[in-house]
Amino acid sequence: MRELSTPAIPKRSKHSWQGIIAFLFVLITVMASIYAFGWLKYDPNTTDLGDRLQEISMLHPLGTDHLGRDVLTRLLLGGQQTLGYSLLALGAALLIGIPFGLISGYSRGWIDRIFMRIADGFLSFPDTIVAIVLSGLLGAGIGNLVLAIVIVKWVNYARLVRSTVLSEAQKDYVQIARTNGLSPARIMRRHLLPHVIGHVLVLASLDLGKIILLISAFSYIGLGAQPPTPEWGAMLNDSRPYFQSRPELMIYPGLAIVSVVLLANMLGDYLRDRFDVKREVQS
Amino acid sequence: MSLLQVNRLNKSYAPDKRVLHEVSFAIEPGECVGLVGESGCGKSTLARCLLRMESTDSGSIILDGQSIEQMNDRQLYPHRKKIQIVFQNPSAALNPKLRIRDSLLDPYRQYRKELSLQHFQPSSEQHLTRQLLEAVELTDTLADRYPHELSGGQRQRVTIARAISIEPQLVVLDEPTASLDVISQGAVLQLLTRLRTELNLSYLFISHDLAAVHQMSQRIMVMKDGQLVDQFPQAALFAEERHAYTRELISIF
Repeated sequence: MRELSTPAIPKRSKHSWQGIIAFLFVLITVMASIYAFGWLKYDPNTTDLGDRLQEISMLHPLGTDHLGRDVLTRLLLGGQQTLGYSLLALGAALLIGIPFGLISGYSRGWIDRIFMRIADGFLSFPDTIVAIVLSGLLGAGIGNLVLAIVIVKWVNYARLVRSTVLSEAQKDYVQIARTNGLSPARIMRRHLLPHVIGHVLVLASLDLGKIILLISAFSYIGLGAQPPTPEWGAMLNDSRPYFQSRPELMIYPGLAIVSVVLLANMLGDYLRDRFDVKREVQS
Repeated sequence: MSLLQVNRLNKSYAPDKRVLHEVSFAIEPGECVGLVGESGCGKSTLARCLLRMESTDSGSIILDGQSIEQMNDRQLYPHRKKIQIVFQNPSAALNPKLRIRDSLLDPYRQYRKELSLQHFQPSSEQHLTRQLLEAVELTDTLADRYPHELSGGQRQRVTIARAISIEPQLVVLDEPTASLDVISQGAVLQLLTRLRTELNLSYLFISHDLAAVHQMSQRIMVMKDGQLVDQFPQAALFAEERHAYTRELISIF
């Protein structure tokens, strides 16, 4: 056991370093988006055609866009939109997926069969198709986009939770809890949820990057956030005609998306190492 | 009146796969009854049936004067606290994500309202944790650890402490020493004997180790292919009239 864990020490410290960086950046991004609430020097949506396509200056730290709106303000508020709706979609998917998986895996039998056939049905839709169909039916908008993401994503969590619960529920400690008269709800909450939460956290942080990309991509093609709401994907699209003259207008939101997705993935990797590998080695 | 009375219990997993056949026996209050037999003969299935972890096909299980074999979960609830089980593998019997304290107090927290403990007189959960760990000869510094930080013997002591925490009348010990080393085995058997007298418990001691059963039990039952082929007092183990299978088991040891 000793020999096994000794060479792993430098690796672990590297991972925690990576984790700290990732946590810090996510924290900074979130705080910047929150800070933008109290720091609105400019209205992000008021146009000023006299001020359009300004260079970087003291007044406009990142210049202005084609309608004369302050780019920094819009970038920060866009972060609020992108991250906020991504987290909302993720949270809703977790809120539906985890209880679904717990109940399905613990009850087994016909409840499990029905739940899982429903899940298979949802799983057969690719997320982009669902988003496009929903936009067609209900109209384009960020709310419908979030709904589409939730509809597709919750299934993954339900299946992950179910598979963990299926194997755990057969173990002696759950059987003993059952013979001690603990109700199924209490067994799920007390004994099974702690097993599930690590795996779910890992999948969720890896999913966060994908969801951010999806929301940005759909806003880019006009099915997500609607103008004039600032959103990174929509800002990319707005700046497209000015790519030759003012490429930085596309670079700012592009960089913002890339760095946030990268950091979300780093966080996911870090959590995966932390929750999966270490536990296995110890037990 | 017997504490536990089992009459002609039958159980099969498939029409041609019979696990228990016409099993009948009784356990008196304060008695330790040993059950020996080779692996796969139905010992553990019998234990699981007694705790209603599995259903039975026919026959009756009368615990403390109440027939429990047909009860639903709600009816069974008040009877569950009279009977507890200790499994062979303590690593699987403790939730690896819970601290020892929380695993230990799980049954007590469930039954706290309807319990009236005689032996343990806890003033708080903290106090009960200490009492329980002391009863199984562990220090209460272990309470905040996780199961993987304990040795196999310590873990098994924790599961025993959990089983006695609500002062049941009957404890089913399903090969409690099988996964322990020889030294821990002896210590755990001694501990079980002491706890039985202190708490006035009854045991159904299941094992394939005839020596351990002989040491622990007042009465011994021998199981073969789901049937009880022999039942006798401990002193009569080496008597002439023993069943051929019992003699075969003796000759192995």
